[in-house]
Amino acid sequence: MTASVFEPWNDPEAKPLIHFQNVTKRFGEFTAIDNLTIDIYEREFYALLGPSGCGKTTLMRMLAGFETPTEGKIFLAGQDIAPVPPNKRAVNMMFQSYALFPHLSIWENIAFGLKREGMAKADIQQRVEEMLRLTRLEKFARRKPHQISGGQRQRVALARSLAKAPKLLLLDEPLGALDKKLRQDTQFELMDIQEKTGTTFVIVTHDQEEAMTVASRVAVMDHGKIIQVATPDRIYETPNSVYVADFIGDVNLIEGTARPTGSDTYAMSWHEGLPPLKVQSPNSLSDGQKCHLAIRPEKVAINAEKPADADNAVQGRILDIAYLGNISTYHVELPTGAVIKAQTANTRRIARRAFTWEDTVWLSWTATAGVLLAE
Amino acid sequence: MMRRFFLIAIPYAWLLALFLVPFAIVLKISLSDYAVSIPPYVPQFDWAEGIGTFIAQLDFENFIWLTEDDLYWKAYLSSLKIALISTFLTLLAGYPIAYGMARAPDEWRPTLMMLVILPFWTSFLIRVYAWMGILSNEGFLNQFLLWTGVISEPLTILNTNSAVYIGVIYTYLPFMILPIYSALERLDGSLIEAAEDLGCSRLSAFWLVTVPLSKNGIIAGSFLVFIPVLGEFVIPSLLGGSDTLMIGKVLWEEFFSNRDWPVASAVAVVLLLLLIIPIVLFQRNQQKQQEAEQ
Repeated sequence: MTASVFEPWNDPEAKPLIHFQNVTKRFGEFTAIDNLTIDIYEREFYALLGPSGCGKTTLMRMLAGFETPTEGKIFLAGQDIAPVPPNKRAVNMMFQSYALFPHLSIWENIAFGLKREGMAKADIQQRVEEMLRLTRLEKFARRKPHQISGGQRQRVALARSLAKAPKLLLLDEPLGALDKKLRQDTQFELMDIQEKTGTTFVIVTHDQEEAMTVASRVAVMDHGKIIQVATPDRIYETPNSVYVADFIGDVNLIEGTARPTGSDTYAMSWHEGLPPLKVQSPNSLSDGQKCHLAIRPEKVAINAEKPADADNAVQGRILDIAYLGNISTYHVELPTGAVIKAQTANTRRIARRAFTWEDTVWLSWTATAGVLLAE
Repeated sequence: MMRRFFLIAIPYAWLLALFLVPFAIVLKISLSDYAVSIPPYVPQFDWAEGIGTFIAQLDFENFIWLTEDDLYWKAYLSSLKIALISTFLTLLAGYPIAYGMARAPDEWRPTLMMLVILPFWTSFLIRVYAWMGILSNEGFLNQFLLWTGVISEPLTILNTNSAVYIGVIYTYLPFMILPIYSALERLDGSLIEAAEDLGCSRLSAFWLVTVPLSKNGIIAGSFLVFIPVLGEFVIPSLLGGSDTLMIGKVLWEEFFSNRDWPVASAVAVVLLLLLIIPIVLFQRNQQKQQEAEQ
């Protein structure tokens, strides 16, 4: 099967649309962006993910032209954009607050950028109608922003920023103000629109679920640095650091020392008197190196008896059960005092649940289930 | 229900006692005739003669007189002109100040606000007198300009319309600044960024976003200046010259120099009617603004 997979970042021939070259941004004493180099490719849906204050918004504002780098260069389609003011960039931004003009109707809001371009009246009319259709806002064209709902406002902001057909669309926490259900629907809508228009999207978010859902690649940031850039599945399955593993989703971290037992296989001793854990992990570690085993709760099985053929099995006592409807998370205390989370799908009714508080259970996982991360 | 009635009743009673009753008295005097007596008009209400005779003695003579002597309508027109021009000049001076205040760092704003309000702590009369000292031929302004060599002869500013404009702008500037400032302060900075992002230059973003969104502040400020300036008396009489014609001054002279209370009252009633038009417009603007915010 040779269906072309969209992975320009793996193609050495591909030219990035945006190239950050050793960019540093300081506000007085504070370093918001620290010597950062990234490439973003055309048609990508690129998510900048990180806690607040990690520099992701600054990065986006530099792309829009509202901030200039203290050091380093930013290239858009091969051109250094430092001297280009925001109103001359082929970049549009969807603001976190939407920033819709309250004195203009929805129609006029969407037409605002087109009018500034000096586009012919008939063409503006056509383009606005097209945008209204794309965002399903035809009925609201004559209303003012305060007369429509939050979800509709969000779509107006999107339509307005897409109207000029920018090379690059920046989305600053676009769904932050929406409730969860609406947010999930809108995420798929965003992906749909991104695919239809073929625009490159860069989205800033602190919501890891949102980043995982929409993005082709996710960049995890912390303190002005990029920690890891990878596809959502790789970020989740093979995080490159304890920080990423901990930031994305739920994770169990077991501390120990690694001892190589073959190519990519390790025995990790983690507690006196307990057998070492068998791990198969791509990150290379030296003998005796301190490390963490990161393993996702859903990859830990929970059983009443010790499974015969498991790579790793430890005994513990159920401390807590978090019932989430579709799944349950068991907090199991090991004899060492550490607590391991194990998740199972609730395929049976809760009355028939096999385990309860204080039960002694066996936790098991395969050698490939987790990854070893250096300190 | 009763509680609500009492709450509304208090301001209405206040209006009745302090506005409507005095206005009725002024209206009555304006319909009376001049007389050499105390008070200087007839008829006086007399219980013995009854209300019918009393009303029969009232007429519109004074109002007709206002249309016959061209002094009055010229004074009204001149007041209107001075009020319009000074409102415009105050807006021109006040908008940049309000804009600068709204753009200033947060920690500066209370200080700047204080500076705008500070002149109110001194008597208005004293401040206008101070301008006489500044603007007179031997005043500070002329001395300064002579000293720098910009002029060789002192400028005559005091007792001209220019002095009136300077006094009006100085006095009413805070009334223009404060509503515009409050509109600009609420303006979301990301709207300007959005306008720039969509292709606006700094200047066009100002005209297309900042000005329309501060429109309500501009209208409120303009009315707050225009309405009192129309009837202004102190500034033209202290700073203006003999050729400065304003209705407030005419009114004062009718009352105190000519002691013609009925004509003076007629002038006041017409002035009030003239002022009601902008006040109603102002009220409608406020109402529209409130509806838009809901």
